[in-house]
Amino acid sequence: MQWETVIGLEIHAQLATRSKIFSGASTAFGADPNTQACGVDLGLPGVLPVLNREAVRMAVRFGVAIDATLGRRSIFARKNYFYPDLPKGYQISQYELPIVGMGQVEIVLENGDTKIVGVTRAHLEEDAGKSLHEDFHGLTGIDLNRAGTPLLEIVSEPDMRSAKEAVAYARKIHQVVRYLGICDGNMQEGSFRADANVSVRPPGSELGTRAELKNLNSFRFLERAINFEVERQIDLLESGGQVVQETRLYDADKDETRSMRSKEEANDYRYFPDPDLLPVELDDAFIAEAVEGMPELPDAKRQRFSSEYGLPAPDAQMLTGSQALADFFEAVAGEAGDSRLAANWVMGGLSAALNKEAMDISESPVTAKMLGGMLRRISDGTISGKIAKQVFEAMWSGEGDADSIIEARGLKQITDSGAIEKIVGDVIAANPGQVENYRAAEGAKQQKMLGFFVGQVMKASRGKANPQQVNELLKQKLMN
Amino acid sequence: MSLDRSEVAKIAHLARLEVTGGELDAVAGDLSNILDLVEQMNGVDTAGVTPMAHPLHMAQRLRDDVVTEDDRRDRYQSIAPSTDAGLYLVPKVIG
Repeated sequence: MQWETVIGLEIHAQLATRSKIFSGASTAFGADPNTQACGVDLGLPGVLPVLNREAVRMAVRFGVAIDATLGRRSIFARKNYFYPDLPKGYQISQYELPIVGMGQVEIVLENGDTKIVGVTRAHLEEDAGKSLHEDFHGLTGIDLNRAGTPLLEIVSEPDMRSAKEAVAYARKIHQVVRYLGICDGNMQEGSFRADANVSVRPPGSELGTRAELKNLNSFRFLERAINFEVERQIDLLESGGQVVQETRLYDADKDETRSMRSKEEANDYRYFPDPDLLPVELDDAFIAEAVEGMPELPDAKRQRFSSEYGLPAPDAQMLTGSQALADFFEAVAGEAGDSRLAANWVMGGLSAALNKEAMDISESPVTAKMLGGMLRRISDGTISGKIAKQVFEAMWSGEGDADSIIEARGLKQITDSGAIEKIVGDVIAANPGQVENYRAAEGAKQQKMLGFFVGQVMKASRGKANPQQVNELLKQKLMN
Repeated sequence: MSLDRSEVAKIAHLARLEVTGGELDAVAGDLSNILDLVEQMNGVDTAGVTPMAHPLHMAQRLRDDVVTEDDRRDRYQSIAPSTDAGLYLVPKVIG
């Protein structure tokens, strides 16, 4: 039987504010436990929440970026549940009137097609603390540093039809929040978390019962967890069983999902408007101020890279992956004066070197100016593409910029035809047998044999002879 | 609408409140009276009335994104029943 997969994602993005959403405690990551948990975060009696303007501005920027209807009047609600990492006994969230209404993003599928995914809503809420279940003599340790950190919960429509589409959507939201500078996107530290609602159905029929997958702290795990869950649900249905609505935890070590709690036992959250907070009203002036200086967004940048630099679509897509990478590329292209060459080096040699050292583009020891400077020397014929690899490695290990390395190591390409002619003559004289064979051969075979002589000349010149000149001279000399 | 003893016991459990057997009938009676009042309010025609989120006709004031709170962990933890290595300790909730 054919089954159609239906996926919706709930993404929690921690907003990159300095202080918490309702208190003046710091949000810095990695501090000693509970040193950044103030009276408001601890839910002590008599405290009152006061909303952080920056969190509201960031939510507005996101709303504008995904072309959403903004909630001109939004309200905060109490979501009631008992858990020790939530000392108040409720989480302040938004329920009826969220700050960001319906919007959409475009995702690029593997075959290059695009698809629109609806974003149902995005609302502001506070994060909970962390429970540490390691050994504290049978007790649980609670760190409330994270409690009250602002979150933007971004809820999608059930528009995705495969794990790959879900990943493409999650990556898109990740890209947008990072471009906007409203979230650092660090999935390991939990600043960007995705939960997936997954169900299957016979194509075109009513939605099936869904399971909610949690603990997906990388894009790879998101994809694997959904694929596992889809298989599990299909097996269950095909063997006559039924999917139950429940929350399932992904276990990366075993690559499986396990039941965490079923919705039947789940709490009724008893949402109601929080009397401690007044409705938030967004006027035109606030919105205009919030979006001021908003950067060029990924879609627009991708299109510009294609038209302005003449890059193929996949290259433009890759180079606009992050703002930092895009900026780096533009700086290299400007310096080099050849955007295709710049694109090839940024995506090729530079990316490979960064990956090898697990470095981010911002940490690259070779700056955009240095790389662009080297590419200019390829374009003007000072060095060949092959020598450039040596120069790049030397720049990477801190030997200076391209010009000083070329000078110090004597890597300047030999373009003096007299000098090349002498080396060519020597090589021909040293290999009389090969020369005879070459002269006897024809077409492709002869072409292949030419490679031998080119190799010998390049070796003798230590890679510095200009390859085009070597080719031409060899062809001439070998025929006479 | 009225609640019976077992419903009150269940609600008390969910709310993590201790209600003894002797108190159940009295609490059930009080809660039932409250529900009757809600029932009465449900009968009012509210078509055309904008739902009220807050009794004050004001918008939320916003604060600047500035860290204003110092670390006062020692003072907060001096009133906590149990702490260790800077953590608040609580009974284990999941096994």
